[in-house]
Amino acid sequence: MVYTKRVDGRKIEELRPMIAKVGVIANADGSAYFKMGNTVAYAAVYGPRELFPKFLQNPKTGIIRCHYSMMPFSGSGERIRPGGNRRSQEISKVMNDSLEPVVDLSAFPNAVVDIFVDLPQTDAGTRCAAITAVSMALADAGIPMKDIVSAVAVGEVDGTVVADLNYDEEAYDAIVSDIPVAMTHIKKEVTLLQMDGEISKSQLMKAIEMAKLATDKIYAVQKQALLDKFVKE
Amino acid sequence: MSEILVQERNIVIPGETLAQGMDYLPGDNTYREDDKIYSKILGLVYISGRVIRITPLSGPYVPKIGDKIIARTIDITMSGWRADTETAYSAMLNIKEATSRFIKKEEDLSQIIGIGDYIVVQIINVTSQNMIDLTMREAGLHKITGGRIIKINCQKVPRVIGKQASMIMMIKEKTGCEITVGQNGLIWLKGTSEGELKAEKAIKLIEQKSHLEGLTDKVQKFLEELA
Repeated sequence: MVYTKRVDGRKIEELRPMIAKVGVIANADGSAYFKMGNTVAYAAVYGPRELFPKFLQNPKTGIIRCHYSMMPFSGSGERIRPGGNRRSQEISKVMNDSLEPVVDLSAFPNAVVDIFVDLPQTDAGTRCAAITAVSMALADAGIPMKDIVSAVAVGEVDGTVVADLNYDEEAYDAIVSDIPVAMTHIKKEVTLLQMDGEISKSQLMKAIEMAKLATDKIYAVQKQALLDKFVKE
Repeated sequence: MSEILVQERNIVIPGETLAQGMDYLPGDNTYREDDKIYSKILGLVYISGRVIRITPLSGPYVPKIGDKIIARTIDITMSGWRADTETAYSAMLNIKEATSRFIKKEEDLSQIIGIGDYIVVQIINVTSQNMIDLTMREAGLHKITGGRIIKINCQKVPRVIGKQASMIMMIKEKTGCEITVGQNGLIWLKGTSEGELKAEKAIKLIEQKSHLEGLTDKVQKFLEELA
């Protein structure tokens, strides 16, 4: 059976409805909210501030430090033990790697920008929603950045390449691949590319082309959210 | 063929294309790649001649020589005080920059400025690694006693002061407060409790609406309504 009709009735390249806001956390230096379907991410940015432990300090540039965390009842299954675990450590690391190329902290040697992402509700694509939210939060915090990063998950579900998989598609009873992709806007440089499952080379190239179009749509939402903070009365 | 793709006072986000072609020059908070100029920060565009620059709407304080700031002492060392500047970097205030009086070798420095005291100081030196040296020996620099300290984003400080200090003079006059604004975003208010509260509300209003024009009139109206 070929996967022609998606479980939630979307078109194959259609994204889930998105909502984005910036400046949602007053005590943070920058913050953002990003909702994609039923996946919700809050990002808060603090700093640049003094970096401890001291051995992490880089005298040539400031660094960023991501903290990813899913809230206890955010998933659809069991309660998730709060705090760090192996999965969140990995995601924090790949988030760092996907954002580092655009952030320019050369004016802040030895300093750190701390980034916290909390997900109160999840339905697949959390690392993508997190990266998208952090990108807005960093811009809101006035951190110098060369570009905005937008992220989306693409993949193959039973032979069909689709964009923005939800949990039901990730768990579909067939061969499924789930490929989170993060891209810069101007040059479409890939800053994150991971995969679960398996896919052929030609389908992968098709999926990445689809991700390019999808990140453009996400970028438009991010941009509007950033501008909406400063509407004239 | 060169052209500017944005207008004066437009709000741009990082990575937005500002101009095409080599006739324009990248100013503050912008960068050039190939023949295009891109924004590097969320802010307002200003075009002066061939130079395009962006003033940030938010962001961290970058220490500059000559800036008057408000700092909090966090440590006392052999040679002076270490102060927190609300940035990623702490600053040093040497004994000889703190007072013109002769200080004996065995004197207790905490009697002059204690740990946790706020001071109004000027930056006299910043190194490439953002190490900051301070002085308190210019006019208007002193240790703070009484009143309250509030914090705003440092990028809004010029709006709080206003053109030729028009905004701050108006708030001082309407609230009867003594107000000192540090470039790092710390503001010291001293007056009656009601006056301080009013001034704080007015300053928070400015911080919120800093990107709008005609702000002085708005704040004046706000303060008159409060009274």
